[in-house]
Amino acid sequence: MTEAASNKPVLLTIRGLRIEGPPDEKWNEIVKGVDLSLHRGEVLGLIGESGAGKSTLGLAAMGFTRDGCRISGGSIDFDGIDLLTAPEPVRRGLRGKRIAYVAQSAAASFNPAHRLIDQYSEGPVQHGVMSKAEAQRDAMELYRRMRLPNPDEIGFRYPHQVSGGQLQRAMTAMAMACRPDLIIFDEPTTALDVTTQIEVLSAIRDIVAQFDTAAIYITHDLAVVAQMADRIKVLLHGEEVEEADTRTMLSAPREDYTKSLWAVRSFERGAQPALPAADVPVVEMRNIVAAYGPVPVLHDVSFEIHRRRTVAVVGESGSGKSTAARVITGLLPPSSGSVLFEGQPLPADYRQRSKDQLRQAQMIYQMADTALNPKHRIREIIGRPVHFYLGKSGKALTERVRELLHLIELEPDKFIDRLPSELSGGQKQRIGIARALAAEPRFIICDEVTSALDQLVAEGILRLLDRLQTEFDLAYMFITHDLATVKAIADEVVVMKDGRVVEQGPKAEMFAPPHDPYTELLLSSVPEMDPDWLDRLLAERAAGRAGGTVQASER
Amino acid sequence: MVATLRFTLWLAVAVVAAAVLGWLFRAVLTRIAPANAARLLRSAPLSASFGMAVIVFYLLVAILAPTIAPFGEREVVGAQFMPASSEFLLGTDNLGRDMFSRLVFGVRNTVSIAFITTALAFAVGAVLGLLAATVSGWIDQLLSRVVDVLMAIPALIFQLLLLTIVGTSIINMILVIALIDSTRVFRLARAVAMNIVVMDYIEAAKLRGEGLWRLIIREIMPNAAAPLVAEFGLRFCFVFLSISALSFLGLGIQPPTADLGSMVRDNATLITFGEVTPLLPAGAIALLTVAVNFVVDWMLHRASGLKE
Repeated sequence: MTEAASNKPVLLTIRGLRIEGPPDEKWNEIVKGVDLSLHRGEVLGLIGESGAGKSTLGLAAMGFTRDGCRISGGSIDFDGIDLLTAPEPVRRGLRGKRIAYVAQSAAASFNPAHRLIDQYSEGPVQHGVMSKAEAQRDAMELYRRMRLPNPDEIGFRYPHQVSGGQLQRAMTAMAMACRPDLIIFDEPTTALDVTTQIEVLSAIRDIVAQFDTAAIYITHDLAVVAQMADRIKVLLHGEEVEEADTRTMLSAPREDYTKSLWAVRSFERGAQPALPAADVPVVEMRNIVAAYGPVPVLHDVSFEIHRRRTVAVVGESGSGKSTAARVITGLLPPSSGSVLFEGQPLPADYRQRSKDQLRQAQMIYQMADTALNPKHRIREIIGRPVHFYLGKSGKALTERVRELLHLIELEPDKFIDRLPSELSGGQKQRIGIARALAAEPRFIICDEVTSALDQLVAEGILRLLDRLQTEFDLAYMFITHDLATVKAIADEVVVMKDGRVVEQGPKAEMFAPPHDPYTELLLSSVPEMDPDWLDRLLAERAAGRAGGTVQASER
Repeated sequence: MVATLRFTLWLAVAVVAAAVLGWLFRAVLTRIAPANAARLLRSAPLSASFGMAVIVFYLLVAILAPTIAPFGEREVVGAQFMPASSEFLLGTDNLGRDMFSRLVFGVRNTVSIAFITTALAFAVGAVLGLLAATVSGWIDQLLSRVVDVLMAIPALIFQLLLLTIVGTSIINMILVIALIDSTRVFRLARAVAMNIVVMDYIEAAKLRGEGLWRLIIREIMPNAAAPLVAEFGLRFCFVFLSISALSFLGLGIQPPTADLGSMVRDNATLITFGEVTPLLPAGAIALLTVAVNFVVDWMLHRASGLKE
């Protein structure tokens, strides 16, 4: 807690708050007696893995619970108003005016049918703070402060006409519209690329400081919270683990759980033995040019992936990394160039590939939720490729499925007859891995497999993938925008931007200077667990270093 | 005033009776059903369990019709329009047939024909709709445009037109109604499947090399099932009503076969004498329609994932 903040009056006090979730036969507690207090102008970071009750607690600070949830105990006091007993009109009067909320996905939270500035004015006009014309003038001013391009004009666009990072900033501006005393940020940058994340983070931090607004900043990314918060509270399963001011928390965490969170980024794959000179790559992309209709996406992309090697393909969204994967799998036939599998060219379209060619290259998806058929049981999800490719059935099939579940460290008896909806995010991703392994492939494409997961869970997945690689001689193509993941698992790195390969080479070379300017921008944008990192970076960028000369391609 | 009061009272009694019936039916079902189904049934609201009870009742009547009915379907057993008595529970109709027996057989005929028609409409509409969404391209274009053309003509007029062309028989009626209703099912199935085919698990199945049939039946169908089943219930009601409408117009089920729709028409004259008899077949249609809709509402509610 900074000196300045602790001297200010207390704005929000939560005592022994208990919130219960939707009854599945019986009520289960999501938040189990949490205390929280927040001074005016102070930023509190709430961290924890998913399901820790962060968002529920954040919403409760507005006196609000999600549908089907109920507050079963404790008290919430906002500036002298008891939010639990206050009548609904009073609470509604507070929301948007004195307490505002910024959601994780701005794209999903804006109404696509209205212009940004109209949605901005809605709050102030509704609460009778400003007239519509005043609100619009005010919006332009705030857009300017949020460093949005063309602040006078951008508000007249529709949500789909601006980029994700801009949308997130527009939403923060909107939350500021009534100059609230408290803003709740619920993972505002989680869905953004590292390069855009920086801009949003610094804009949010500045505006909160300018208006002396108190904030609750919810995230699972420790490095981000280190930049934003004065104080950090760690939650686990709806209970507080510990709370301290940011610097103390980072340098001397007390609890084991907090320490394990801090140590997450420690996993790093060892150097692999050198390749034999005549090694034929498992997969080779040769001068690939590809387009979606008339829009060119890949320009002359070439790289190779060898046995037992992991090649990380890095770049921001829209750089063409997922398209490269679609070309390899045959979903998007290239307009020129070829994909070679162990030296043999593959047919461009997956429909023309033989069953065996399809079997050899498998894919693991980013969103395990949509990658597993919600109506199939685990037995069928994993069993289908075993039956389809390897012709096993009956007892042998069940045996093989159980073996695969063992491999991914899930108890077969417990999981074999579950539906995907009965699994956690990490477990779903493990099933995705097992399904890929079931085909006994040589090559697996991992498309952002850890980016939807908490850091602890993600690390478990990375370790599992690493172990399986050595066990089964696999080659991985690892698509990611997270350089921490690259550091952990890659042997070689391919950096892509705007459909071109900007730089490629062994990992050690990539992480050591000199860099291509774009690589430099990417590298320097990865948040570090140092509270001064953002200030330092912004200062360096202003001086034209750390990739400050390259523009991330805002789309 | 007294009449209104009495009516309100009877209405309240009917609602309470329906609720009690629903509750009892649910209690019995949860006892005898296997564990999984029992858990599902326990979550059913009273309206849905009442609906299920009514549907089961209709099914029993349809199956056991010859046993329940005291007289034959076409048997002339007395004078015309006899009042209700201990021999003829609901009196006799315009030709002197036993009204109660006719009603029982009418339920049997109309319900089974409606069911066959709906099932046929669904088999055709759902398979083609899912196929169009999965394959897309020109097959989708072709099927969708043909459906557009068929849907452009008002359903009842089109049915009358087709039935005049092909001639009235039960088979023809089933085919004509199924054809026209399958276009609606096609639209729904295609729209639902459109959202499913873009999922990663479908891409994964395609990349695995799965054939079209398996894609549709094993991967897409289970995920499209909920809205389709709900639609099945609604469609069933519509088909039921259009069969009755066609029969009322004289183009549907032909006499002397008992049918709820034509029974209303045949006995319509009784209305002028203040008799409720002609309303009974209409009431039978209404009750089943309401019951099916109760169940469908519950299914839609479950499918949409809404809680409370």
